[in-house]
Amino acid sequence: MTDWLSPTEWQAVALSLRVAFWATVISLPLGIWVAWLLARKEFPGKQVLNGLVHLPLILPPVVTGYLLLLTFGRRGYVGQYLDQWFGIVLAFRWTGAVLAAAVMAFPLMVRAIRLAFEAVDPKLEQAAGTLGASPVWVFATVTLPLILPGVLAGAVLAFAKAMGEFGATITFVSNIPGETQTLPSAIYAFLQVPGGDGQAFRLVIVSIAVAMGALIASEWIGRRVARRIGGLG
Amino acid sequence: MTLSVAIAHGFPGFALDVVFDAPRGVTALFGRSGSGKTTVVNAVAGLLMPDRGQITAGGAVLFDRAAGVALPPHRRRLGYVFQDARLFPHLTVRQNLTYGRWFAPKGGVSLEAVVEMLGIGALLERYPVALSGGEKQRVAIGRALLSNPRLLLMDEPLAALDEARKAEILPWLERLRDGTDIPILYVSHAMAEVARLATTLVVMEGGRIRAAGPVAEVLADPGLAPVLGLREAGSILPARVAAHDADGLTRLETAAGSVWLPQVAAAVGSVVRIRIAAQDVILSRARPEGLSALNVLPATVAAVRMGDGPGALVRLSVGGDPLLVRITRRSAVALDLRDGVEVFAIVKSVSVAQADIGVM
Repeated sequence: MTDWLSPTEWQAVALSLRVAFWATVISLPLGIWVAWLLARKEFPGKQVLNGLVHLPLILPPVVTGYLLLLTFGRRGYVGQYLDQWFGIVLAFRWTGAVLAAAVMAFPLMVRAIRLAFEAVDPKLEQAAGTLGASPVWVFATVTLPLILPGVLAGAVLAFAKAMGEFGATITFVSNIPGETQTLPSAIYAFLQVPGGDGQAFRLVIVSIAVAMGALIASEWIGRRVARRIGGLG
Repeated sequence: MTLSVAIAHGFPGFALDVVFDAPRGVTALFGRSGSGKTTVVNAVAGLLMPDRGQITAGGAVLFDRAAGVALPPHRRRLGYVFQDARLFPHLTVRQNLTYGRWFAPKGGVSLEAVVEMLGIGALLERYPVALSGGEKQRVAIGRALLSNPRLLLMDEPLAALDEARKAEILPWLERLRDGTDIPILYVSHAMAEVARLATTLVVMEGGRIRAAGPVAEVLADPGLAPVLGLREAGSILPARVAAHDADGLTRLETAAGSVWLPQVAAAVGSVVRIRIAAQDVILSRARPEGLSALNVLPATVAAVRMGDGPGALVRLSVGGDPLLVRITRRSAVALDLRDGVEVFAIVKSVSVAQADIGVM
């Protein structure tokens, strides 16, 4: 594969996989928590939280990217303190690309997991409680296994979205080869150069392969889980 | 171990105020829907916080409003068997059964004993989706038992099953009742189940307790029959299986003499309880001659209650055991039925169905 792709192309593919992987892994616990809040809890400001989570889905990605820059840029509202206190800089770094991808993929992840939560019968959780399981144990032994198909679906969807994120990423962290040039950014860059179509096309093939692979894997896992719990997934 | 309940709770338009004890055996909480049964069970389970009162199980205080004690459901150690079995779909039968073991204190019945008692050995490696309704309910009972509970709560555990499945499970429940020391609080509005299973009967009406006591006593109370349902009214008579005759009848010995019933599915020597519907008994002042009915028991009238309509309810003493009879007022007057009068109670053999006979 390294022969087939040039080092620059390979770099973009590897970076995209890394960004998508971390964006998915880091946002997953938060995604499960927010989905649980939205599915199971009533609290003031629930609609505001719901709106905030879904905002990146509706806003133009370039707006989300710009807001990220305003907030997490070196002089941003949060970014300046991250830099001063912890020495963490996100803007124009691959970690910033992770943040942008995670924010953009978050609504899709939360939606899938929230639906899974809503499909779990609270009576089963009540039954586990009467058998002596504390709420934390009920969650770990009953709720979590039952929402697993939804969590997997959400994670795969988020991963695919993170792989393809372009607008917010290029606005927030630019298009620096080796640092922030992800697969879509690289395709875009190649298309700007005369004679770059060939390189762009190879990356397009890679994108399609990765997306299809992720989808097939998630279907396969989902079906295995569903079969185990009797088609209730 | 005994469960003691003394609680009061107000809802808009409905007030609950109950005091009762559930000793070892099955305590049936009987009443129409809306009588407050479910509220009581929810309070015992910890799903509802009553306005006043206390609930104790053995020495453990589960709830005491005045002292500010209210254990959360998962710390009450009550085995709750729901109407819908609520098995965990992602776990095998074996994993479902042992689920409560993770949290329960050591001790209590063993998995082997429960599997044997409920006859679910062949199901252990299956998932709940592959079980029938009756099998699911048996597994649910086993799961509750294995959580080593202080008492078992059963909220209409048979209501969702058809008659055949009910008949399949009732013997298992009888075995459970006779095989454990754990008190069982059994909520039901089906008289047939109550008559077969209950040792203690608590009758609820409009949020209050109308009557409570040993099941045979309460069922034979003429004053309660209208609450329990006139058509359903009837009493239970203990009897010992004496012989299975060649013509398909079984001879049973009651305190007042022999009774023949169609083929009773119980071994010779075992003690059973026969439920006899009040409307299936005929009374006679003289010993009848040339009668097709096989069962004629000498009895003494213990109480007569004239109804508002054409009916009357008579409580008899049959060799010391109570028997409830429903006749017309006209007959009660014509026979001059008063306390202490000697009569003969006539019961048709075929009027007692197989489902009316339970293990004592």
